[in-house]
Amino acid sequence: MKAFVAVTSALALTLAALPAQAQSTLDAVKSKGFVQCGVNTGLAGFSQPDSKGEWQGLDVDLCRAVAAAVFGDAKKVRYTPLTAQQRFTALQSGEIDILARNTTWTLSRDTSLGLNFAGVNYYDGQGFMVPKKLNVKSAKQLAGATVCVQPGTTTELNLADYFRANNMTFKPVVIEKLEEVTNAYFSGRCDVYTTDVSGLVSVRKSRAQNPADHVILPEVISKEPLGPVVRHGDDKWFDIVKWSLFAMVEAEEQGLSSSNIDQMAGSNNPGVQRFVGASGELGKMLGLDDKWAFNVVKQVGNYGESFDRNLKPLGFDRGINALWTKGGLMYAPPMR
Amino acid sequence: MHYSLRDARFRALVFQVVALGAVLAALAYLVSNTVTNLEARKIASGFGFLAREAGFAIGETTFIVYSAADSYLRALAVGLANTFRVALVGVVLATVVGTLVGLARLSSNWLVSRLATLYVEVLRNVPLLVQLFFWYAIISENLPGPRAALNPLPGVFLSNRGIAVPTLVIESAHAWVLGAFGLGLLLAWRLAVWARRRQARTGQQFHAFWAGLAIALGLPLAVFLGAGAPSALEVPALAGFNFAGGATLTPEFAALLAGLTIYTASFIAEIVRAGVLAVQRGQFEAAYALGLHRNLAMRLVVLPQALRVIVPPLTSQYLNLTKNSSLAVAIGYPDIVSIANTAINQTGQAIEGIAIIMTVYLTISLSISAFMNWYNKRIALVER
Repeated sequence: MKAFVAVTSALALTLAALPAQAQSTLDAVKSKGFVQCGVNTGLAGFSQPDSKGEWQGLDVDLCRAVAAAVFGDAKKVRYTPLTAQQRFTALQSGEIDILARNTTWTLSRDTSLGLNFAGVNYYDGQGFMVPKKLNVKSAKQLAGATVCVQPGTTTELNLADYFRANNMTFKPVVIEKLEEVTNAYFSGRCDVYTTDVSGLVSVRKSRAQNPADHVILPEVISKEPLGPVVRHGDDKWFDIVKWSLFAMVEAEEQGLSSSNIDQMAGSNNPGVQRFVGASGELGKMLGLDDKWAFNVVKQVGNYGESFDRNLKPLGFDRGINALWTKGGLMYAPPMR
Repeated sequence: MHYSLRDARFRALVFQVVALGAVLAALAYLVSNTVTNLEARKIASGFGFLAREAGFAIGETTFIVYSAADSYLRALAVGLANTFRVALVGVVLATVVGTLVGLARLSSNWLVSRLATLYVEVLRNVPLLVQLFFWYAIISENLPGPRAALNPLPGVFLSNRGIAVPTLVIESAHAWVLGAFGLGLLLAWRLAVWARRRQARTGQQFHAFWAGLAIALGLPLAVFLGAGAPSALEVPALAGFNFAGGATLTPEFAALLAGLTIYTASFIAEIVRAGVLAVQRGQFEAAYALGLHRNLAMRLVVLPQALRVIVPPLTSQYLNLTKNSSLAVAIGYPDIVSIANTAINQTGQAIEGIAIIMTVYLTISLSISAFMNWYNKRIALVER
């Protein structure tokens, strides 16, 4: 009996080595004909379906940019709405090709989850929102408060760190779904709602009965660089996602936008020539069509356009998300 | 036994060995395949993370002291204790409510039986998750904020942060009171044994229940009064954002407990009704014919027979209630699933986390099963 088990176990071990390395993400995406993109279940400005059921937002635009780069058609995206808890497993298991879901880049996520962050499409920080009638002016006054927070986020950890560092206590109310956790805050179950400042602005604008009744406290307690994530170990796909984002930033810096790129394509500027694929072989190096960056800007727009379309109407400032030439952090390496 | 396939016993053994081997092989294949794939994708694995600092706070704890500086293991223990708390209280309350409703449905009073029918038909046909959201919304939307809390009794405050109640300031005298209560219980039990033996011997009855109750309650009361009745209360008071002091029943726990109890009670009601109806009418009549009083007939003749029908399906309901408590995650009660989910997300170790959740529920369920099977055997018909 023992020998039998030993033999079958050994057999099983050898069998396990057999499954071939999964095919590359680019090939898989090309053969199925669309990019499967993991997005937020509904965060205005980042990823939310509009009245026609079409997904809109800064993160959604990144998915569309990758589709434009790969297929020359920004519409070839399918979206998987994910909660904070489902997102990494969905990417690890291959259910999605890109995770563009306002996800903070941290060392432990980059190393131990088997994932790679392909850049930053929004520089954020964690803040606190409180009802105005509580008359709180600073986060330092929040000792003993009840705080609504989503589980499995860096937010949850920063929150505990901040209160520990300031010797204050608090009661967390931890609810997974964004709708439920914000309901709990707006119904008064919590004194405070905490998440990235972008999330606070978005929730206040889109879900509060009267946005003026809620204030965002001045303290920003963390760095939250939000960016797209891909699986570890597929460098080609990693490069494509990374450079799709850079192309949007570079286009803004070069003054290329969806409305003028057709005319600009004829310009003599060598940088623009390389960008639109009229000279050089940047596309080939990525394993894409040479017009990849042209398609991204033509169909999705540059980073500034995407920001103005999605976030400006909600009351977002460019702030540190301005181009580096304008005092911000948005910077693309040279495209040559 | 002959070592030949023609021998039925040997053949059966061979088939069993083959089947067991196939199952083990499949299991070994899955495990090793998973380990290989995790390594290939550079995903961390193993249970080493349990000793690391959790770093997140937990809203309510049961018995275990916890802070964000504690380990994942301790955080999971807090989750487990919270699951136990809601499951234990839920099982007891669901049994009481379910029994009452089940008996009410059998009542000859038209209104009472129709109300019980309504209860059962409505509540067991609405999904539990919906009911949980319903109770949670009722509590958090309809109750006022802490600064405008309702104050139905002195020291008791009802707000959307839960029910804050005063707690007793524990002194050494209370340990003596508890000890006296234990002693009282022991004496009451001895008394009951003595009364039963005496009745068996002489036929004379003794009101052992009432006498026992008097001893079990009177003894600690005497000690309590003798110690000068130390009953200083810690009364909750509004401090800053919330009530401080006393004890608080949170809206999450209250909503979960209400949902689980009311939902499961509707099933238990039907089980109890079935159990009572399963006892033939002749049994009542026979008991009355022997001169037993209605209550005694119920307790000594009908109930023991009804319990035999009731206990096995009741076990399933207890298991259901315990497992359904995992829906807590939807309304923010920090049970084991909620904590394990957070741990999974912070560490990315989904397989280990799910394995922990499965082990926990399997262990709890098998324990309940074992206990109920033991009880079932105890009350089963003794066949000679």
